Amino acid sequence: MRSRFFIVVILTCFLGAGTLFAAELRLPNKAVAGEGIAIATSGSGDATLYISGPGTAIKRQIKLGDQVQIKGEELRNSGYYLVALKGSDGDNNKELYVAPAAAEKINFLARPSRVPVGQPKVIAGTAFVFDQYENLLIDPTSVTFDLSVPGAPAKVERLTTKDGVAYLQTGSGTKAGPGQFVVSIGNNSVRRVVEETASEPCNLRFKVHKEKEGLIAETDPVRDCSGNPLPDGTIVTFVSTEPGKGRSTVDARIKKGVARAVLPAIPGATISVASGVVLGNEVRWGGGE
Amino acid sequence: MSRILVIVMIVITAALIVAGTAPTREKERTTSPEGTVQAFYGRVKSDDYRGAYSLIASASNVDLNTVYHDIAGRDGSLKTLSRLWRSEARVIAQHGNEAVVRASLEWATAVGTLHENKDLRLVSDNGGWQIVWPKHHEANLPPQVIPVNYLRWDIVHPDSEENEWGAQNAESPHVRITSMNAVEREGKVIILGELVNEDTVPGYVDVQGILLGKDGEQLGEETSFDKISHVLLPKEITPFRIDFDGVHLNQVKKVTLNPTSILVPASADPVIGVLHQQLEKTDSGHTVLKGELMNQSGELVNIPQVLATYYDNSGHVIWISDGYVDQALRPQISVPFAVSVNDDIAPNVHSYRVVVNHYSMDRPSA
Repeated sequence: MRSRFFIVVILTCFLGAGTLFAAELRLPNKAVAGEGIAIATSGSGDATLYISGPGTAIKRQIKLGDQVQIKGEELRNSGYYLVALKGSDGDNNKELYVAPAAAEKINFLARPSRVPVGQPKVIAGTAFVFDQYENLLIDPTSVTFDLSVPGAPAKVERLTTKDGVAYLQTGSGTKAGPGQFVVSIGNNSVRRVVEETASEPCNLRFKVHKEKEGLIAETDPVRDCSGNPLPDGTIVTFVSTEPGKGRSTVDARIKKGVARAVLPAIPGATISVASGVVLGNEVRWGGGE
Repeated sequence: MSRILVIVMIVITAALIVAGTAPTREKERTTSPEGTVQAFYGRVKSDDYRGAYSLIASASNVDLNTVYHDIAGRDGSLKTLSRLWRSEARVIAQHGNEAVVRASLEWATAVGTLHENKDLRLVSDNGGWQIVWPKHHEANLPPQVIPVNYLRWDIVHPDSEENEWGAQNAESPHVRITSMNAVEREGKVIILGELVNEDTVPGYVDVQGILLGKDGEQLGEETSFDKISHVLLPKEITPFRIDFDGVHLNQVKKVTLNPTSILVPASADPVIGVLHQQLEKTDSGHTVLKGELMNQSGELVNIPQVLATYYDNSGHVIWISDGYVDQALRPQISVPFAVSVNDDIAPNVHSYRVVVNHYSMDRPSA
């Protein structure tokens, strides 16, 4: 019984010594995606070096005691790698973390592409920060959002990414125009267009006068309540209610800021105007407003 | 046996020869006013316009080309794309050697049957009747330049080669259903409503309707098809109507409407005025909505379609009817239209609204 115990102790010491004398791996303290590293080994003889990580698998025959150079192009993906050494005198393995390189690329989601002016919290921008090898930068990074409409002061916000993502939610301004929504990191920037559009028409008014082709109904410049002109092409409906229950309608388009329609000149007709769900003034032809 | 067969063959041959050479029945029919009109439109049906023209009185002082276009349409109108398939004639007045015959015509078109009533005056000459072809004094716009600020929207799509993740496309226009009503009529459930384009860009819109039964089963799925104005400019409102055949309203527990909109390049022209709209009673006591369409642009509109929405006194949409106009809309020239209104709906109509869909062939390149 006692002799058996001694045999077990001796075997354990023997195997432990084998591990103790296995080739040693020395990895760099810091590895960055796209940058080469040197892995030092100890011992002598031949061995096989294995490196496996995100999208990467490297196998190299090496001489123990030499320094192994891994090129930057072989380590472009950031993440955790397993470095294993298999030699005649034992195996050894270690974990290596390859950090992303410097911020180089931004993917920018901006929503929506069009939004009426004067609306709170309707514009959202989400920036994802990557290095040049498309690795998401996990470390906090400063990102600048800049939303500007020509003729209005720009909204600038500096945010820090969390887990590689920065998010901004903001309202639309009061001035309509093609909003330039830019996100930038250092010298790199990405631009999206968020069109800030005029809101519903405000104080829709028109006048009529007679010409040889009929009664010309023409609006004042059609604007929203912030003073932005409604875009050309917007439909403005003129309705002429004629004595005897007849009526005429024209869906006119705003052109150069005003909508104009030709209506039959019937004395006593009541003419009204509307755009979408907004009603304007009424004019009685031959009777006065 | 063979002798009988020979006799039968001779009889059949003789009958065919007689049929081929004997005076036609048409000729016999031209001895009556309605027979003449039937013969006239019979020849139109078989594209024998020259033969039809021979039944027109020389006093009409009209050439074949004019008659052809009066019947078969011009300017790429719906008539030019249709075919006469049924005609009936009825004498509505006859005094001596003059008569008036009402021709009820049905044209087969790609958008359904087109009904037309035409009152023709006929005169008798030597026992035969001839049609006095009505002269159309079509207003002709004098040659001129109509200035049009040709408003249109174009769309810039993302560069497909770059294919950048996160680069958004311009989003579809925002549309909203502003009213909806379900009615049962003629053995079907009909969903009526209106849709507005709330956006600042034009859109191609459609509405899909799904009817669900009491146990959640799907009773039907349809779209508004041509009962909607598909291209909606900013702030434009269109009626829509979806018909579900063979479904009763008491079977329906839920109606789901899915409006869809797609951002499309579009033009703001042409502007079509709907003038002098009025509900009228016809001679037969039915109600029609009549009016005139006026193309206020310089562009020819080949096929106009009138969509009429009827409201009750509380502003609910109670009916939507439509009709294609068989004439093209030439610039600045008014064209009449009439849309029938169901007799049971007419008393409840408090107001109505007419919009015009238009189909134009491509502009010729400069």
